[in-house]
Amino acid sequence: MFQRKWAKHWREEGIKAGLFLCATVSVLTTFAIVWILIREAGVFFQEVSVSEFLFGTQWTPLLEPRSFGVLPLVCGTFLIVAGTALIALPAGLATAIYLSEYASSRVRSILKPILEVLAGIPTVVYGYFALSFVTPLLRTVFSDVQIFNAASASIVVGIMVLSMVASLCDDTLRAVPASLRQGAYAVGATPVEVTLGVVIPSSLSGIMAAFVLALSRAIGETMAVTLAAGATPKMTMDPFVGIQTMTAYIVQVSLGDTPAGGIAYQTIFAVSALLFVITLIMNIVSSHLLRKFREVYE
Amino acid sequence: MNMIAHKKALPEKFLMDSKTMGKELSGKNKTENIVLQVKDVTICYSGTPAINNVSLTIPERRITAIIGPSGCGKSTLLRSFNRMNDFVPGATVEGQVLYRDIDLYGSNVDPVEVRRKIGMVFQKPNPFPKSIFQNVAWGPLINGFRKDINERVEKSLRAAALWDEVKDRLKDSAMALSGGQQQRLCIARALAMEPEIILMDEPCSALDPVSTARIEDLMYELKQQYTIVIVTHNMQQASRVSKFTAFFEAGKLVEFGKTKNIFTHPTNKRTEEYVTGRFG
Repeated sequence: MFQRKWAKHWREEGIKAGLFLCATVSVLTTFAIVWILIREAGVFFQEVSVSEFLFGTQWTPLLEPRSFGVLPLVCGTFLIVAGTALIALPAGLATAIYLSEYASSRVRSILKPILEVLAGIPTVVYGYFALSFVTPLLRTVFSDVQIFNAASASIVVGIMVLSMVASLCDDTLRAVPASLRQGAYAVGATPVEVTLGVVIPSSLSGIMAAFVLALSRAIGETMAVTLAAGATPKMTMDPFVGIQTMTAYIVQVSLGDTPAGGIAYQTIFAVSALLFVITLIMNIVSSHLLRKFREVYE
Repeated sequence: MNMIAHKKALPEKFLMDSKTMGKELSGKNKTENIVLQVKDVTICYSGTPAINNVSLTIPERRITAIIGPSGCGKSTLLRSFNRMNDFVPGATVEGQVLYRDIDLYGSNVDPVEVRRKIGMVFQKPNPFPKSIFQNVAWGPLINGFRKDINERVEKSLRAAALWDEVKDRLKDSAMALSGGQQQRLCIARALAMEPEIILMDEPCSALDPVSTARIEDLMYELKQQYTIVIVTHNMQQASRVSKFTAFFEAGKLVEFGKTKNIFTHPTNKRTEEYVTGRFG
């Protein structure tokens, strides 16, 4: 009685070790990527100073005279992010409010899967959609819209992350206890007053976290902006001209025309490292907001 | 079904100010003024009746307790008094709930307006994640009572016996209060709307005995000015605070009468068994 069955014991241990290995793979991959980014960016920064890279306003690493100021790419990325925010945040939050506060369960069961399909469309399709549909549409409305422009890319990235904003906001809104809504209704509030006065303030940090996550997704978005926003690094706030984002630049170099090993090739690691730092900060901010949000009802 | 004999003393103008109503009541007139009248009400959830053909009268400025075993429909009935059942998908209400001759389920009735007049305190304290001040002020503010809001908040908090404990930290979050304080804050929140009726759905079930005693004292104070209907599982509580008691079982009103009669000489066998603790 009570004797240890060794075969069973080792099987349990084996399964445990196997699962641990699987968990390690993703951690190791992350570390490997970070290590390579740092090492290769280090090679780049031996030739170009960090301040020249971060604060220079000319980005012409592939042409003579070479210049390695990353700001035009950062500017391009943030132009896209701003446009995306303008579209995805209000529309996404509005969608979430409708889904969580107003839609009947029947409407919800139809709408939510459709919304999730939006997230499943390959991003390259969004890129072509921007080029072949959104840009021509913009051109009928505004006079001087270039073929490649930030506006159409922003619009499709906005649609792309809308489903994510809506889905995350919907989750946080639904996490607000029904008792809180009832308390609000019981003092004679209308549905709009309950939503704006109690439900949204109660889930504000969750909503902010959703926004930050969505924008960090927009920063990293690659395919649609490569196709639709152009390949001309520019310090501009004009959404109707071609720009280049950090991600699109990495694609341009990675396509193979640039020989490996040269300084032009090393630039993509520096840009990647910067991209990584920006998205990392945003993800940390977002998870911090979410943690704060969880404490509310405990 | 055993109903108390009451002479209806409904005022001619049914939307009279509650204060003038009080003057009419004073004097030696022993007749109870009826503020809510439930007539043949059946409430179904997706077709299944939770309350079956119930008629009941709620006297003004009294505490009426609704007791009965779990699932007997007492909360469902309470929630029909201020249209909170509207939020339950599939819930239907048949019959009439009359507030001074106005059918609360009439086609012209706005449930939002009903809830301004008939407030509610819930089983679990549910303060808004806002400041203490904002919790009380929010209801009046959204309903357009901007004038003297500070006085109104103070008055409500005093009436809920919470003022002295929170007067120096009105800007603090309500979530930092204890459970009993939160429940009194919820009562203050309901009082701030200056309702006529306060519905309480097991208001002490999540509280410790000390907090419960404070809420009961408070109810005793409040009945001077408000009509209170309380659903409770706690029979001692019902016998301590209420003037009238309704006993429900399986969606039906078994017995309704003066609390002392219900607890000492119930006419129905099931009532007797329940109040003496033999089931439920």
